[in-house]
Amino acid sequence: MSPRFEPILGRYLNLDLFGKPHRLYLEEAGSGIPLLCLHTAGSDARQFRGLLNDARVTANYRVIAFDMPWHGKSSPPAGWQDEEYKLTSRDYVRMIVDVAAALELDKPVAMGCSIGGRIVLHLANEHPETFRALIGLESAAHVAPYYDVGWLDRPDVNGGPVCAGVVSGLIAPTAPAAERWETLWHYMQGGPGVFKGDLHFYMVDGDIRGRVDTIDIRRCPLFLLTGEYDYSCTAEGTLDVARRTGAEAVIMQGLGHFPMSEDPRRFVSYLLPVLEKIRKL
Amino acid sequence: MLERLPDLVNADANLVRRGRFVTTTFLIGIDDADYLIRIAEGRVTAMKPGPFITPDYSFALRASREAWEKFWQPLPPLGFTDIFALVKNRLMRIEGDLHPFMANLLYFKDVLASLRQEASR
Repeated sequence: MSPRFEPILGRYLNLDLFGKPHRLYLEEAGSGIPLLCLHTAGSDARQFRGLLNDARVTANYRVIAFDMPWHGKSSPPAGWQDEEYKLTSRDYVRMIVDVAAALELDKPVAMGCSIGGRIVLHLANEHPETFRALIGLESAAHVAPYYDVGWLDRPDVNGGPVCAGVVSGLIAPTAPAAERWETLWHYMQGGPGVFKGDLHFYMVDGDIRGRVDTIDIRRCPLFLLTGEYDYSCTAEGTLDVARRTGAEAVIMQGLGHFPMSEDPRRFVSYLLPVLEKIRKL
Repeated sequence: MLERLPDLVNADANLVRRGRFVTTTFLIGIDDADYLIRIAEGRVTAMKPGPFITPDYSFALRASREAWEKFWQPLPPLGFTDIFALVKNRLMRIEGDLHPFMANLLYFKDVLASLRQEASR
């Protein structure tokens, strides 16, 4: 293989979040409608590499993916050693709105997966005017804990492999091996307690079952895409949100909980029709 | 159902390497039939069918024969691709001292999944 650069550009954005200075790493490619991508719990923006490198997506969209604070190359803020990381709905919403404002994005589309798929439901309720459209990947109103998350952060268990171990089965069995194992590698690289702290939002604080009915898709269109093999955020969970909001939902064959990362090529075939619809809004 | 497990695990040098810190005995329950599986430094060194009067093991994975049969298909049906899917759907119980299991989760998942290989291989 001859050496070549990818079209992705990575930069650090300095901004205040939650009253503290932060240094966020983000990557972007393409031009057109801003598409702000939100990674899953315990991982980082590398999950969107397939999208950032896909000319069919970047021809009409400026794809931007940032590492949340504490994730990837966005270090935690100064003083992190004195607190326990726990993601809340309020901070998560604030972070996304503030990043979009700092980048001066004009009516961006926000697309998030898993915790990102949940937070777009919160955005639909609280900030419909800020976004052109919202795309929820693996989006459900609530997921009850089905294992003890305490195992993810304790000194007698190696945190990297156990974080990968609890998510490995969420990937479709048909996903290409290279993409499957890179998806797991990202999980193995998370900071101590970060995945667990994100799951506080996913399994406790971010429960939006009581407010799904107030989502008004006329104010901000909502599209839902969920992989059939996802047993965490299930097809039923997504279809329930679709039924209660009128959002369009597609259950993606041969994909699991990490569609953009576990099998980007297959995922893009489901995403492109949604992006086309949004372009015509 | 389990007869091939020791050979399949022990023939996989990379799996044995990944389990090199695992030395324990765990239990697989298939309906009411129990099996004790002894692992020493990643290799399966013994597999004993019950019934047992005083089984001594660290952790147990229990499910119906029907659930295990689906789980062990080369391409399992939706909902049977992973043991946590079975747990979430109340088709499997994982009980006992979970530390060796969780500390070596990817290893044990692959030990169990080794039975998905076609018999001809």
